[in-house]
Amino acid sequence: MRVTLKNITLAYDQQPPILTNFDCQIPDGQLTALLGPSGSGKSTLLNLIAGLLTPNAGQIIFDQTDVTATDSRHRNIGMVFQDYALYPHLTVRDNIGFPLKMAHVKKAARYQRVAELAELVQVTDQLSKFPQELSGGQQQRVAIARALAKQPNLLLLDEPLSSLDATLREELRGVIRQIQRTTGVTTVLVTHDQEDALQVADQIMVLANGRLQQVGSGGDLYQHPTNLTVAQFIGRPRINVVPLGLLPAEFKSLLPTTTQATTLGIRSEAIRLATADRHRLTATVIQQIQLGRDVQTHLQTALGPLVSTAIPTTTATTLAITLAPTGCTLFAADGHSLVGGDRDA
Amino acid sequence: MLNQTPTAKSTLKALLYLAPLLVLTAVFILWPLLNAFLISLYTKYNYYTGHVGALGWANFGYLWHDPTFHLAARNTLLLVLVAVPVSVALALAIALGINQIPRLADFFQTVYFLPFVTSTVAIGLVWNWIFRLDGGLLNRLLSLLHIPAIDWLNDPHYSLGALIIVCIWQGLGFNIILFLAGLNHIDHRFARAAELDGASDWQRFTNVTWPLLMPITILVIVNTSITNFKVFDQVYALFHGAAGPGDADLTLMVYLYQKFYVENQMAVAAACGVVLFLCVSVLTLITVGYFHHRQRQLGGR
Repeated sequence: MRVTLKNITLAYDQQPPILTNFDCQIPDGQLTALLGPSGSGKSTLLNLIAGLLTPNAGQIIFDQTDVTATDSRHRNIGMVFQDYALYPHLTVRDNIGFPLKMAHVKKAARYQRVAELAELVQVTDQLSKFPQELSGGQQQRVAIARALAKQPNLLLLDEPLSSLDATLREELRGVIRQIQRTTGVTTVLVTHDQEDALQVADQIMVLANGRLQQVGSGGDLYQHPTNLTVAQFIGRPRINVVPLGLLPAEFKSLLPTTTQATTLGIRSEAIRLATADRHRLTATVIQQIQLGRDVQTHLQTALGPLVSTAIPTTTATTLAITLAPTGCTLFAADGHSLVGGDRDA
Repeated sequence: MLNQTPTAKSTLKALLYLAPLLVLTAVFILWPLLNAFLISLYTKYNYYTGHVGALGWANFGYLWHDPTFHLAARNTLLLVLVAVPVSVALALAIALGINQIPRLADFFQTVYFLPFVTSTVAIGLVWNWIFRLDGGLLNRLLSLLHIPAIDWLNDPHYSLGALIIVCIWQGLGFNIILFLAGLNHIDHRFARAAELDGASDWQRFTNVTWPLLMPITILVIVNTSITNFKVFDQVYALFHGAAGPGDADLTLMVYLYQKFYVENQMAVAAACGVVLFLCVSVLTLITVGYFHHRQRQLGGR
């Protein structure tokens, strides 16, 4: 099912609006991640789609139907909450079957469907237990099964992984991906963690400050950010941002010529040891950190502090470095990217 | 220290700190309780000289054959069986209503709670006026519905009903507060999840709110039952010290009072007290059992 949000405005009393004239479209049958820092309005957006919040203005459209005024319970949505919200007084079996019971599905048919869903999320051996007896990961699987029980047109996942530890997160990402592929249900995943989005989603919508910053695949967002906000949000370590004025003239020849550019973004892997005689920059090594496969090198240069992941472990205190043009993006004073992210430029 | 294990010395030290309270509890609670049990077993007992003829079950035998006790037991049971369900249902309905109107919640809580903190004597006076045959508020309301006036306090057919109304009214406020606390304790997420799961308001109440409210409901039921088993002051205030017309409002506590202060049958009064104690204990044990079961089910702890 395709979800369209048109001109949505939402504000609480006596507070600046969270969303103003917001438009977006969630494509049918895909897994879309809403990615943004906390306070970006992504959970608000999800609650609007779910019908838990009503917009002050604008329309929410499912396929061709306007559902702006429709109750949550008639929107046929499955939702998984951050802290699961499993009913503590019901067994796993009855939790998964709850939406079916509400729809007056007979017990036999209900338990049949529960068994299928339990199989899908691999909790078959936990069916008679109560939620409190399960681990966080198992509870989340049950919550997903419950959300899928009534074969919703839309599956909403509100920060489903944020209360799990790293190993479980990794595992549950796989589960979510696989379930979405198997069922083909249109899915929206809200997360503040770019790794969740990058690993799971077909397309990522980056939200910040109540605005849709960019829509695209993980690769698009990283290589062609439309603005500085996206560039700074996507990618770890954070993109190095230096004022263009500090850049020595000889480097400028490496970059496309524009007049509007004021800021240069340099990805960490674009800062390398200098091999040629030209385009050299002297850098003082402040610290080197081994992070698994990568080595992060913190440098102090004439451009300000920089972080590189392309410098091998070294004992030298001073290095000559250079910049690879492929990892560099120019930004205008208003934050728009000028080269690389050419969509919005 | 977290890993400290109790030793004889540390236990003794703890007891020393607790001694003042333990002594008070022993003197004013445990000893009278034990004494009441003992007195209930005294036969041919002279309260003033402290002379005990023999020990035995004769007092309980007396109760077993005493028609007045039967009447008291029947009245008390009727009171509990009518007042408790009505009071609990009414309190739940009002609490659910108040929960929907957060703005006026404080006002209504206060209004409903007032009877609980008002002196029973004052309440007795007010209800005496409400129940009056001519010009009483209740009869005026009934006359609006073209129902003939009822002599609530002097007609033995209605006087127990009048007592039940007062008991329900007086206990309502406290029960509402308990239910409100229980409702606030239920996470709003469950309501939201249930709505998305397609539950109508009524389904949400029966499938989510009500089961999650069960512990507080049990608490309210038991608390109300115990209170209503022990009804005395309402009778005293409503009927000016008597047990209603033709003993129609004779409850176990009133029976106990009459035996003790009026008829000077201390041992029989004590035996009646023991019977009351057993009734309340059984109720309490059932509750404790339920909570244990519930906790095992919910927490696995």
